[in-house]
Amino acid sequence: MSTDPDHQIEVDRQTMEVDIACAGFGPAMGGFLTTLTRAWTANPADPAFESRVAPGIPLQVICYERADSLDAGVSGVVTRAKGIRTSFPELNPAEIPMAVEVRKERVLYLLDPVGASRRSVFLRFGDALLRLGKGLWLKDDAFELPWTPKFLHKDSGLVLSIGQFNQWVAAQIMSTGFVQIWPGSPIAGPLVVGDKVEGLRLVDQGVDKNGAPADGFMPGMDVRAQLTVIGDGPVGQISRALVQNEGRALAQEWALGMKFVVELPEDTELEAGTVWHTFGFPEPEIFGFLYVHPERLASVGIFVPSWMGDPERTSYRYLQHFIQHPALWKHLKNATLRSWGAKSLEESGKRSEPALAGNGFARIGECSGSTNMLTGSGVDEAWTTGVQLGEAVLELLRTGGEFIEDNLAATYEKRRRESWVENEAREAEHARNGFHKGFVRGLIGMALAGLSGGRFSIRAHIPRASKQIRRFGANAAAELPLKRAAELCMEDGRPLHDALMSARGWPEIPFDGRLLITQQDALLMGGKIQAVPGFADHVVFLDKSRCIACVEKTCIAMCSGQAITLGLGNVPEFEREKCAHCGACLWNCANPPEGKDSNIEFRAGSGGLHSAEN
Amino acid sequence: MPQTLHIVVCAGIVPDPLQTLEPMTTPAGPGIKNEMVLPAVLDPWAASALYEAANLAAKNPGSKLWLVSLGPKAKLQQVMMTIAQKVAFELVPIDGPIGGFPDAHATAAALAEAIGAIPGLDRSKLLLFGGWESASRGAGVTLQLIGERLGIVDQFQGVDRIELREDGSFEVLERVEGGKHQVSICAGAPAVLGWATGNLPEPRNNPQVGMTNMRTIMPALQKAKTVALGADGLQYVSVSLPKQQRTTRVEKNMTPDEIAAEIVAWIGTE
Repeated sequence: MSTDPDHQIEVDRQTMEVDIACAGFGPAMGGFLTTLTRAWTANPADPAFESRVAPGIPLQVICYERADSLDAGVSGVVTRAKGIRTSFPELNPAEIPMAVEVRKERVLYLLDPVGASRRSVFLRFGDALLRLGKGLWLKDDAFELPWTPKFLHKDSGLVLSIGQFNQWVAAQIMSTGFVQIWPGSPIAGPLVVGDKVEGLRLVDQGVDKNGAPADGFMPGMDVRAQLTVIGDGPVGQISRALVQNEGRALAQEWALGMKFVVELPEDTELEAGTVWHTFGFPEPEIFGFLYVHPERLASVGIFVPSWMGDPERTSYRYLQHFIQHPALWKHLKNATLRSWGAKSLEESGKRSEPALAGNGFARIGECSGSTNMLTGSGVDEAWTTGVQLGEAVLELLRTGGEFIEDNLAATYEKRRRESWVENEAREAEHARNGFHKGFVRGLIGMALAGLSGGRFSIRAHIPRASKQIRRFGANAAAELPLKRAAELCMEDGRPLHDALMSARGWPEIPFDGRLLITQQDALLMGGKIQAVPGFADHVVFLDKSRCIACVEKTCIAMCSGQAITLGLGNVPEFEREKCAHCGACLWNCANPPEGKDSNIEFRAGSGGLHSAEN
Repeated sequence: MPQTLHIVVCAGIVPDPLQTLEPMTTPAGPGIKNEMVLPAVLDPWAASALYEAANLAAKNPGSKLWLVSLGPKAKLQQVMMTIAQKVAFELVPIDGPIGGFPDAHATAAALAEAIGAIPGLDRSKLLLFGGWESASRGAGVTLQLIGERLGIVDQFQGVDRIELREDGSFEVLERVEGGKHQVSICAGAPAVLGWATGNLPEPRNNPQVGMTNMRTIMPALQKAKTVALGADGLQYVSVSLPKQQRTTRVEKNMTPDEIAAEIVAWIGTE
């Protein structure tokens, strides 16, 4: 059987042979390529590094990254950096722009000063008790947890900008000349023959929005490889194509992370290395963060999870309310915007782990289920899985082993199963299940799992991501705001999800042109989003009749760039030039075909964020 | 009849214009805040020159194309990864400062010296390409100064097209005022051409071109000569970005015609 990316046209394609083809450049691939490159640099004459496809020259290792630049990664992160420091024992954070050691960590429960968030009676009662201590234990409508469990701590960790960290790692790898990393090169899909992955295919260029040949047509090249390393993140095309081949469903739990990078005012009290974790506002289910980088830069943002059932889950509007919370706003009100970004996070972790390796391929990083949702950590885990694969590949190169399933299982998978990544992933496996039964039970479940090393947790049935979206008709109390929101939409043409939030009592955003700005301004001023012509639309609505029938249209509400809007005939329309490539549309389809995950196909595409400060 | 050309493209790298740029004073003079953090791109004007040069070289078999670029080595490496898949060239890197603030004379001297040292370069076949403007602080004179230093007297600026003739001469279209072009006939190489936008789209990424280029780019970067561009006697009184206005106003009751009329009126007052 030959599996080609089915949306690509039949045409003669150029083929290139390499030894190792890599899909996606992020922390996991950074770990993999760093390990490989260091070993080669230590002894370039080692016969293990002779190319098998082009004898006489060094191993041919090529990595293709979708984003237009290697520093366009999204995430201001705080990480324990255990694995990263193992790779770089002498690491000096000052060498990496925007990096600093964690110095001060706080966990804040944010009360709702607006009165619009959906809080249970239990939570409201708790909030009322906390308010009795105003000025004592409650400051700026925030309660700082006096004690936090160890599993939440990032002591001696690092605050990083993933964009800058990627760039720093890539520069070191490429300066050796051993590996080539090409940005601006989306991958259409894997080349599968029988049960073997034989490489990857790049997307066609010079095509119209439907993928038909146009000016300057250049068919995507087939890159054939002995080993294809997949590190294309949570919504990567190759990884998902293979998941489908394996007969598996999409991960069930997701979140959209959205953030600003801001420059704090000169008189800011926040020191570099300050880390805040927040919960409780703007909705109880929405977790937030504030990380302070050097040079008065800070990342501030939220995570909107799939288990927040609201169909009108609109991250941008929530982000605007989040930064205005008194505990944050007093630090941010005179700040200026540097950057904006959004990305999907695969939050099932270990539970959705696909095959780590097969014939001719191996998965690393987030697409391999390495994210730990108990510790809220993914970068260090991803890096470590890349290192583990790097060590395994070195072992196979030196022993002459083929890159087949058994060999990769005995080398890569074995290393992973015996590592801290696996141990901690098992502890975290069911830690967040309780959130499917409510916010408070979710917190209790996390505490149980964290304190018992994963032995105890709250069990729950976890439906597909699409089934976690509550239908409008399911809650009679929601009908009234829905009608009011519809009236607002008629009045000024705003999107329904935005109007719904206003109808539910959320105040209008008092735009100030600095941090309180429209979503489109955030795209342009912060994300610097753009897309070059000549590529096909990468978001495709498969069965339009299902979209017409869909009332919720959560894909529109959750689109981080407003790239999906309501078009004529009640069908969503997609504008490639606004897409941040967060992939949220994929798991926010409220009306997928029976037994399927989504009515939206999220393909490999070009463009997106062009900010290096994320 | 095809001619064998030796085309040298001088192309600087600049902070990506999409980024938030903030001028500031550094110990070394004016600079851009967080400049090393910001991604760099090939100067868009010079990029047009590079694509035109590659097209010309492809039409004239046996021709050679060099890209001469001055910037911090790490930034040059980053930029090469975004353009090396587009056209085939040989890189002549010079490790030096970025930012558009170095003195144009010092920059021209460093570039002219690097060009003069290119092995096998035949000056009788030399077409020196570059951008006639820059996305950084465009002094607008660097390319001319390089030409002067190399002894090239035929110089054209604002070029949008070049057409080679059978006898070795070529016709050049230069932008002049009023949206018009001036047509010139040049007897032949050597000549300096400062390109405007040209007529070619950005080439598609071709992985095989990229692989071939990288075999020479990385070794060249490793051997890049370092230059210090002195700013002796050069002082900047002030540095600022062009004024940028961004005002968001939510209007619920205006018709599209009224909004359009207000925008037109606003443009008229600016």
